[in-house]
This record gives sequence, structure tokens and C-alpha cells, in this order.
Amino acid sequence: MIIDLMYYLAAIMLVVGAVFSLVAAFGIVRLPDLYTRMHSASKAGTVGSGLPLLAIALVSFDGAVILRALLGIVFFMLTAPISAHLLARASYIAGYRPKAGFGIDDIEQNDKKLK
Amino acid sequence: MIFLFLVVSLAFVWAAVTGSFTVPNILLGAFIAAIAVLFIRERVDRPFVLRRLGRFLSLAALFIYELALSAWRVAVLVLSPDMSRRLAPAIIAYPLTVKTDGQITLLANLITLTPGTLSVDVSEDRSTLYIHVLEMTDRDELIASIKHGFEARVMEVFE
Repeated sequence: MIIDLMYYLAAIMLVVGAVFSLVAAFGIVRLPDLYTRMHSASKAGTVGSGLPLLAIALVSFDGAVILRALLGIVFFMLTAPISAHLLARASYIAGYRPKAGFGIDDIEQNDKKLK
Repeated sequence: MIFLFLVVSLAFVWAAVTGSFTVPNILLGAFIAAIAVLFIRERVDRPFVLRRLGRFLSLAALFIYELALSAWRVAVLVLSPDMSRRLAPAIIAYPLTVKTDGQITLLANLITLTPGTLSVDVSEDRSTLYIHVLEMTDRDELIASIKHGFEARVMEVFE
């Protein structure tokens, strides 16, 4: 009974994770510039890869596999923001600005060094 | 007390990683854990280590909640037909209170995974964090919410 429930839960997690990955891909196509695209890739992408790992942890019934799946999620959470941050920073330093007509840019005003 | 707690929990982590919960294997894990704890004994021999662990776990829980919320909001925004009207991107300067590199790194990571914000860069003097905001409404409100939310919690953990 409980085991059946866990299989259903894992199936739902797999589908939801896949949907988030798809939405992250939509976001990368639809959003206007690199900075806004990184939002989509780092957030929806982390959830999209974390949920399938969680589903594996639920149905494996094996301590070693559960621990590795959980560690995999932790490392996703640690590395996704860092790569998003590095890409955003690198493109700013390379001279790529947020798409014209979009709001405020404090770096422009404060930091001569980065320009 | 704290040593015993560390050795026992590390021994169980060892058993989980190696995938075998037999007595000899747990004893081997405890032996390795004892050696490891011996190396870091000066750094953990403080009464508030356990309290910090509690705070760290509550920060982790908050973080997972914010991540789920954040992914949901980005998904809704991306799928909405009037996306370009709802977008109001901006790069704003956030005055940092935390000082060390470790704290700034943790805060920057937390900010990137929370709704609508992404860390772009830290100024040379480590006093300002530049944040890219997806849906900018009120600058002061945003700064205040990070200051009282994540930054306050990060400072508690590293106190």
C-alpha cells in the first residue's frame, strides 16, 4: 500500500520535473536577453533536475542510492547558481548589456571598473 | 558530547555511503570518523556548534521552500502570453552587511535561487552585490526583504 503510494508519488515527481525542464527551455527561447534567460535556466532547471533525482531516492529502497541522489540534488543547488552568476558576470564584463529599454542599471552608475 | 554525536552520525553516513549496515562496517566508519573528528577537534569544541547546526538546517528548509516558489513563478511568467509586458528587468546595487567571502558566496547563491533575483557581481571592495531583478517593483522593499530575510539568517549561521 505504502509502497504503491511511493511509486505513484515518484511518477508524479518525474512528470513534474520533466515539465519544469521543458518550461526552462521555453524560457530560454522566449526571454529577451542573457540575464533574464539565466533566471529560467537556474531556477526551473534546478527543480527540473532535482525532482527526478528525488523520485529515484523514493523508489530505490537502498540507503546508498538514496544518499547519492540527495547529494546529487545538493550539488545541483550549489553549482547551478554559480554557473548562472559566472555567465551573467562574464557577459557584463565582455560588454553585453541588458536589452535596451529595460529599466535601471546600477553597475553603469556605480562601478567604473567593470565598464 | 559533541564528539560522540559527530562520530556516531558520521559512522552512519559512512554505512549509508558504502551501502552496508553490518556491525564491522559501522565500527570501521566510527574509527574513520574518530580520526577525522580528531583533526578538527579545536574547531568544533564549542558549546554552540549544535545550535548553529539547528539554524543551518532551518536556513536549508527556507531555501528549499524559496526555490520551489521561485521555479513556480518563473514558470508562470514564461508561459504567460503577455510576458514582455510583465517583465521589468533591472540591475540594482545591494549594500552588503556580511563581510567574509564565505558569507558573501552563500548569500549570493541563495539570492540567485530565490524568486526573480540573480547575483551578477560583487564590487571590488566587497561592499556591494549587484543583483539582476526579473520583475522590479520597489527597490527599497526588495533590499529590505533580503536584508531581513536571507542576510540576517546567513549572519546567524556564521555568528
